[in-house]
Amino acid sequence: MVAKYVIGALDPSNNQSAMTDTNATDQNAQKSRDTDAGASDSLNAQEGKVTFGPDQPLPLDCGVELSPYTVAYATFGTLNEERSNVVLVCHALTGDQYVAGIHPTTGKPGWWPMMVGPGLPIDTDRYFVLCANVLGGCMGTTGPKESDPKTGKPYGLEFPVITIGDMVRAQARLLDHLGIEKVLCVTGGSMGGMQVLEWAASYPKRVVSAIPIAGAARHSAQNIAFHEVGRQAIMADPNWEGGSYLNTGNNPRAGLAVARMAAHVTYLSEQALHRKFGRSLQDREAVTYGFEADFQVESYLRHQGITFVDRFDANSYLYITRAMDYFDLAVDFDGSLASAFEGTETRFCVVSFTSDWLFPTSESRDVVHALNAFTAKVSFVEIDTDKGHDAFLLDEPEFFDTLRGFLGAAAKDQGIEGAQS
Amino acid sequence: MSSQTQSGGHLTNDDAKRTAPGLRVDLRLIADKINAGTRVLDVGCGDGALLNYLATHKDVDGRGIELSQSGVNACVARGLAVIQGNADTDLSDYPSGAFDYVILSQTLQAVHQPHKVMSEMLRIGTRGIVSFPNFGYWRVRWDLLTHGRMPITETLNQAWYETPNIHMCTVKDFVLLCDDLGIAIEQSITVDHNGRPTPFQGSGFLANLLSEQGVFVLGNGI
Repeated sequence: MVAKYVIGALDPSNNQSAMTDTNATDQNAQKSRDTDAGASDSLNAQEGKVTFGPDQPLPLDCGVELSPYTVAYATFGTLNEERSNVVLVCHALTGDQYVAGIHPTTGKPGWWPMMVGPGLPIDTDRYFVLCANVLGGCMGTTGPKESDPKTGKPYGLEFPVITIGDMVRAQARLLDHLGIEKVLCVTGGSMGGMQVLEWAASYPKRVVSAIPIAGAARHSAQNIAFHEVGRQAIMADPNWEGGSYLNTGNNPRAGLAVARMAAHVTYLSEQALHRKFGRSLQDREAVTYGFEADFQVESYLRHQGITFVDRFDANSYLYITRAMDYFDLAVDFDGSLASAFEGTETRFCVVSFTSDWLFPTSESRDVVHALNAFTAKVSFVEIDTDKGHDAFLLDEPEFFDTLRGFLGAAAKDQGIEGAQS
Repeated sequence: MSSQTQSGGHLTNDDAKRTAPGLRVDLRLIADKINAGTRVLDVGCGDGALLNYLATHKDVDGRGIELSQSGVNACVARGLAVIQGNADTDLSDYPSGAFDYVILSQTLQAVHQPHKVMSEMLRIGTRGIVSFPNFGYWRVRWDLLTHGRMPITETLNQAWYETPNIHMCTVKDFVLLCDDLGIAIEQSITVDHNGRPTPFQGSGFLANLLSEQGVFVLGNGI
């Protein structure tokens, strides 16, 4: 008999395992147990929000204790009775908790529609998928756009600088609150991959398996450089107003759009850009001898910039890029990445993509080498693709097969059999 | 220091077939040499057939390295811990004595530096098990002698320009290399075209002529 909780129906009061933050305020409107929810509904995100009160501050790496703070999350699928089928998905820089289903802001599908869903590699008929908006984000979890309780105004630059470690700590608090002691798998791409590694290093006993995708154990100089370009674009926009634009109703739209455009190029590859656009012109027969978007690639990038501004907060972009820049897992372990994984019993599946020049295969190999130093249970695949860093979000059958196989084997090992009916 | 060689004729192919049906003949012989519950690294593990067999039937804690993406994917889909990598470069990551056995099944002849891979194998593992096609096999010699061209046989079935086998050796060459490297041959099994064991006696002259492949269990010689 499988208990059919649907979260936010995962009411902590039902949980006897005493990991609950009893003082946390569950603001989720849907607390009721929904015994009718089955696989066919599982693509509908069940949303939740937890606020941790003044008695449960979050200690941040910068020394500040953040309080109160809220973690917003979404879940897909059904938690089994043993609470053993949890797949924690960590989102990337500009992602959010809407992994699958329909995004409430954009009305478009979630960011991993080919990976997460019924019958897909991360099968919501079998697994309970949980994704939380990262700390510093702008989709419900506490970040610079939320109110500073001291002033009643948006934090802006008063928000403390956060790290990947802080993000993961906040997620761990969420799991405590939900009564989930262990996750079957933690996975994510890019910054999500960084969080996966942080999870595995900081909470090894809570992570049965880990799939860091297109990630790295530290942010490279080149990547810090690209982030700095993006941040400078935002800060150069007069509407940024030293980070206090939300107080005046302004928005550094131009700066944020440029930041997104520059970053977007790094997510692709020369081959992918050439294949998609070449030197094709946009709705015209000849170049105009001006600075309009003559080329399709320009038009595409402008579109990426403009649509991004509608869904993302500029200060969040500053904070989250900074968190990535500061990430260097080895530093917390006396400079030895291998030490971060010493004695781990977590099963790893490290994935990289051949044409990813932002998080190249060599970065993933460094992680594999570190894991090999303690003969950890590690699998490593480099997927052959010309789609660049973004390949982890796209249609890559070999990649899907790898994840399906690895996750299925981990589930079988934990006694989680096929799809739940 | 001289290599110790023993006749490995005590295991017949029929025995191996019974213990591991469906496995390639050298893999069956290798599987039979591995004690249950041990730690095994299979270098060049292909689609993971041996690792899968060992995990299922011998409770072995296995790891693998494989060059081809298709092989790695097949392994990962089976739940095996296999990394996409290269025997020449990736063995150095592993700590000394990490495994009870390190296996090179039909892999040694495809690496760039067989002697270094052999040394690494016995640094990482207490024992090494190597299987390889014997270039001294009489059909290979005959082919080369009569046609004057690189032989193509059942085990060496690709043309010289597309074969991954870049460092072919004979059973005799292998024994001499072990000697040079101070590696002790604990057991040697040489098998003929039909998978039957070929006696390995004295210098191994007959085995070198009659066996299509060799399977050697190696130790550190200390």
